[in-house]
Amino acid sequence: MSVALPVRRFDAIVVGAGGSGMRAALELARANLKVAVLTKVFPTRSHTVAAQGGIAAPLANSTEDNWHWHMYDTVKGSDYLGDQDAIEYMCRRANEVVVELEHMGMPFDRLENGRIYQRPFGGHTQDYGSAKMAMRSCAAADRTGHAMLHTLYQQNVRANTQFFVEWMALDLIRDPQDGAVLGVTALEMETGEVSILQAKATVMATGGSGRIFAASTNAFINTGDGLGMAARAGLPLEDMEFFQFHPTGIQGAGILITEGVRGEGGYLLNKDGERFMERYAPNAKDLASRDVVSRAMTTEIKEGRGCGPDADHLLLKLDHLGPEVINHRLPGIREIAIRFANADPVRQPIPVVPTAHYQMGGIPTKYTGQVVVPEGANAESIVPGCYAVGECACVSVHGANRLGTNSLLDLVVFGKAAGEQVIKDIRALPSPHRNLPKDAAEASRARLARLDAASAGERVADVGNDLRRVMQAHCGIFRFPEDLALGVEKVREIAGRAARVFIEDKSKVFNTARVEALELDNLVEAAMATIVSAEARKESRGAQSRADFPERDDRNWMKHTLWYKEGNRLAYKPVHLRPMTVEPFEPKVRTY
Amino acid sequence: MRISIYRYDPDKDQRPYMKDYEVKLEHADRMLLDALVKVKAQDDSFAFRRSCREGVCGSDAMNINGKNGLACLTKVADLPGHVTLRPLPGLPVIRDLIVDMTQFFKQYHSIKPYVINNDPPPERERLQSPQDREELDGLYECILCACCSTSCPSFWWNPDKFVGPAGLLQAYRFIADTRDQATNERLDDLEDPYRLFRCHSIMNCVDACPKGLNPTRAIGKIKEVMVKRSV
Repeated sequence: MSVALPVRRFDAIVVGAGGSGMRAALELARANLKVAVLTKVFPTRSHTVAAQGGIAAPLANSTEDNWHWHMYDTVKGSDYLGDQDAIEYMCRRANEVVVELEHMGMPFDRLENGRIYQRPFGGHTQDYGSAKMAMRSCAAADRTGHAMLHTLYQQNVRANTQFFVEWMALDLIRDPQDGAVLGVTALEMETGEVSILQAKATVMATGGSGRIFAASTNAFINTGDGLGMAARAGLPLEDMEFFQFHPTGIQGAGILITEGVRGEGGYLLNKDGERFMERYAPNAKDLASRDVVSRAMTTEIKEGRGCGPDADHLLLKLDHLGPEVINHRLPGIREIAIRFANADPVRQPIPVVPTAHYQMGGIPTKYTGQVVVPEGANAESIVPGCYAVGECACVSVHGANRLGTNSLLDLVVFGKAAGEQVIKDIRALPSPHRNLPKDAAEASRARLARLDAASAGERVADVGNDLRRVMQAHCGIFRFPEDLALGVEKVREIAGRAARVFIEDKSKVFNTARVEALELDNLVEAAMATIVSAEARKESRGAQSRADFPERDDRNWMKHTLWYKEGNRLAYKPVHLRPMTVEPFEPKVRTY
Repeated sequence: MRISIYRYDPDKDQRPYMKDYEVKLEHADRMLLDALVKVKAQDDSFAFRRSCREGVCGSDAMNINGKNGLACLTKVADLPGHVTLRPLPGLPVIRDLIVDMTQFFKQYHSIKPYVINNDPPPERERLQSPQDREELDGLYECILCACCSTSCPSFWWNPDKFVGPAGLLQAYRFIADTRDQATNERLDDLEDPYRLFRCHSIMNCVDACPKGLNPTRAIGKIKEVMVKRSV
């Protein structure tokens, strides 16, 4: 194991080419830094492409709006766990970054006066939570993520950003002296070669871990790679217990049906044809926050009011919107429903169930994208050279529950902010790179060597499927103490099996079996963080709903969880209750 | 279900061969991609690309019983009991169903796929009427899966010189955008015996597009704009 690996040096590397990674890369490339973007799929295949309903910005093109209202909605939506300084930062920059996307050429839908079309979305209100919904979601039909991701890729093409396509990052390299991140090890999938990519700044933008659940809206690639890398490198993961279940995934298939359907006027029905959300959220009804709607749906099914022969789903009705609106504003949904649910929404409702969708937690960061960890008395000490943005990061603007359309906004605001911070930091650094530790690639090499050598053991697909089933059964929408405790044991057991997987394929060339085995390591870390953090949090807040502790408990649990891989240790840190410039929003009982 | 799959691993195979797999489908296995995931569980050495599994990322394009398409949008029920899968035609094979798409993306990049507008950006969004925006429908939705370009005989012959249907669809997407100011340069770049005019309206592209887009129509529109400019 003494053969030296090739080392490539850059000013900055960005791991991941979804919305946040490409927004960060664009900032860096435009500043003429030497930047490399590593991505395990071609950039426009990243999961941002699947976002549908819109991106939030209080442009006030159709209804009165301002960033204060947006901020209030986001704080309330987060069930008061979001950091109010980061939320203020995001909402104040929303108009700027969305207008920039338009200038880049993003094909937003338009109003008669030529301005960007905006639609209502769950939890977005006027006047600090009044019954009037704000039209805040800037949309490109129901393909907003696709439009945004392609636009950002196109801008990166223009800026000559260097992409390493189908390169999978394996592990972070840290300086043993001060813990600074010095780059990553990475696998070039086409050749099977492993290299070191060294940089003064490493931006993690690897997306979420939705594939830890059996029923998920997420793409195959969403395996929490950045979370696994961070966890193995000794960094904590924050608030991982908060996993969002989207109210409307197609029953059986899991494919997402945008909340924009309800934004345009669609609504949910139970088997009695009742518009049941009126009972759970008298004001916002079907446009209550996602956690609220998903719980209401699960309750309806549990109490026997589900639809179909097995009473196991609900119906999303939108035929009353008429073919005009459906074809114009929701064409992708119509296509998806016909293909995956055998239902043409122009005539029939779509069978839906709450489906795992978005991870609110992630690698702890400041609003600058800088990764922060507790050190001595300082709860948030900066890890030099390390940044994280997008779904793999926890800023935390989404707290315990994210509002729809705030994820795309999060990507561009913090992608840009991290880019700006990296530029500042790199310019302040001396010009040569630091020396790499001698064993920089050892951890990655050991993992690959084990896979190459093993000729028997567990099968990757089986272990992954078992993990997803356990998470689904033990860590779902409603959480029960015995299930959680048993689930932790089961995930621990699965982690043991994951360490014994083997692959039959030993080829160097585009070995996807090897990639899936490496992804499994990351899934296991994300799942472990999620269920251990969930088991420990003895309250209900946002997406975490515990049968034994049904209330929010601000006195004991108004704090962020930090999970460490080593010893499955948990620590906690305070929520930032003080915004940057405005008065704080005090926690209130949350109703919609 | 019986699936014959083109297999080739340059690390160990002298030449490509077809391998047959039997997969037992369950009720939930609706799409060809579900069947391929089962094949992969049987034989982990079978390599193919996939991601979103809902037809928006463009990863799992392949040649299915002689026709290009996305595995995730191809219903098992619509296929015969025996399915033959090959890599997209006309591109170098890296391994199994994984092709080298460098040439395809090079052509996409060559049309300058971004809005060019040299006016200083206004404070707010640039205005565009709903009618003008509608001109982009049927163009911007392209997922770059390459089903069209790799079904086009002109692209097979001249992948280095002919932009191909996917690239030309995007070329028109930017010509059609009222915010773009580079129509003349874009037309100059395409006015060439190969880049645009190798299209002979065979229309395989229209047939192959899994998103129902129409590159031939876009190519016709480019030619129209060219003619208008010359008179």
